[in-house]
Amino acid sequence: MSTSIHVELWQVAASLVLVALAAAISHWQRADLERDILVATGRSIVQLTLVGYAIKLIFDVDSIWLVILLLAAMVLFGAITARHRADRVPGSFGPLLIALALAGAGTLGLVVALGIFDPTPRYLVPVGGMVIGNAMTASAVALNRLGDEMADARARIEATLALGATAREAAAPTVRRSLRSGMIALVDSTKTTGLIFFPGTMVGMLLAGASPTDAVRLQLILLYTLLGSVSISALVATLLAYRNFFTPAAQLRDL
Amino acid sequence: MGDHARVLFELRDVGLDRAGRAVLDGLDVRIPEGATAIVGPSGAGKSTLLRLLNRLADPDRGEISYRGRPIAAYEPLALRREVALVPQLPALLEGTVESNLRYAADLAGEELDLDETLRRAGLDPSFATRDVARLSVGEQQRAMLARALAQRPAVLLLDEPTSALDHATRDAVEATLAKLRSESNLSLVLVSHDPEQARRLGDEVLEMPA
Repeated sequence: MSTSIHVELWQVAASLVLVALAAAISHWQRADLERDILVATGRSIVQLTLVGYAIKLIFDVDSIWLVILLLAAMVLFGAITARHRADRVPGSFGPLLIALALAGAGTLGLVVALGIFDPTPRYLVPVGGMVIGNAMTASAVALNRLGDEMADARARIEATLALGATAREAAAPTVRRSLRSGMIALVDSTKTTGLIFFPGTMVGMLLAGASPTDAVRLQLILLYTLLGSVSISALVATLLAYRNFFTPAAQLRDL
Repeated sequence: MGDHARVLFELRDVGLDRAGRAVLDGLDVRIPEGATAIVGPSGAGKSTLLRLLNRLADPDRGEISYRGRPIAAYEPLALRREVALVPQLPALLEGTVESNLRYAADLAGEELDLDETLRRAGLDPSFATRDVARLSVGEQQRAMLARALAQRPAVLLLDEPTSALDHATRDAVEATLAKLRSESNLSLVLVSHDPEQARRLGDEVLEMPA
């Protein structure tokens, strides 16, 4: 898998034509996204450039501790970002932080233990980034749904508590649906992968000159790794967060 | 009911605030065994009072006792199986009437006599297999009642049991409650905004201040 291509700066600059096209369409159709497109473009250049230098540094230093530090920072920022999507869930930061940390450590630990990837920065940094990024999206979606469902199903949940059900029993249908929401997007995209879209890793490898067989195999490994990470993060986040809606005496908190 | 009736609930100087407003304040109430109707205008805190009686909420001030013991000393889940609340709006779990009744009976560790439980709530046994999503509000209300009865509670707390119903259905539910009361030693505490209904159903009528 050691292929590499060189990309010139002018090539990157030329691709901005398509950004201009997007802004023009927005302006023409009054979608009012020009500013957002500009900000998104600026941020992508700055963020990816910084990350590129950070990764280069990490590869050069070749220290596992630096990798762990980087992944820990990703978990932290991921939890902070996801918290905004889960604004109807009280105290969502803790559950999100634990969910992302467990999803990252669990899946990366497993792929290394199974001998799929070597425990080196070249594998752990990009795979870790994907794992934590997808875990963040899944847990944010799951908790967003949890917040909405807990509000909508308040009467049903309280009626179930009134029967002497535990908080966990009363929240079970809600937790189940939230978990499902967190996982369904990746399950669906895994189903249609190769038919409706080519996933990024495969595209990147093909562009970089790898053989299609290698590109497909690596893509499959990553898809399955992401499925694991997404299910761990959505599960841990919902199971930890639903408790915050209840008092120790199994009463619904007033929110 | 005379003075000799045993006291079920006693509230002393009970207060509860929500969003900076006192929903209940300085409430002193004794609720005896038997059928007690609580009347009062909307916003008087009647539903909140019922929620305090099976610890779906706890008061901010004052004391509540159940059968002479502080209510907080009871394990909340066990208390709720003994003191069952039927909320104002039906809120059944997805599934059939039977699955709802079984769920409740299993939680309470009770054997379920399905036909008998449905009959006591005024429902024909054929309702067992009906999907709760396809029931009318009146039927759902009865299914909620049947679900509470499936736990064989000692006290039934009923929050405006007929508020969502038309006159004919209301009369039928009232008849069901009167029958339930006469054929068992179940105690009822029901809140109503209708003083007439309170007199029809309660041995004792308590008025909540506005």
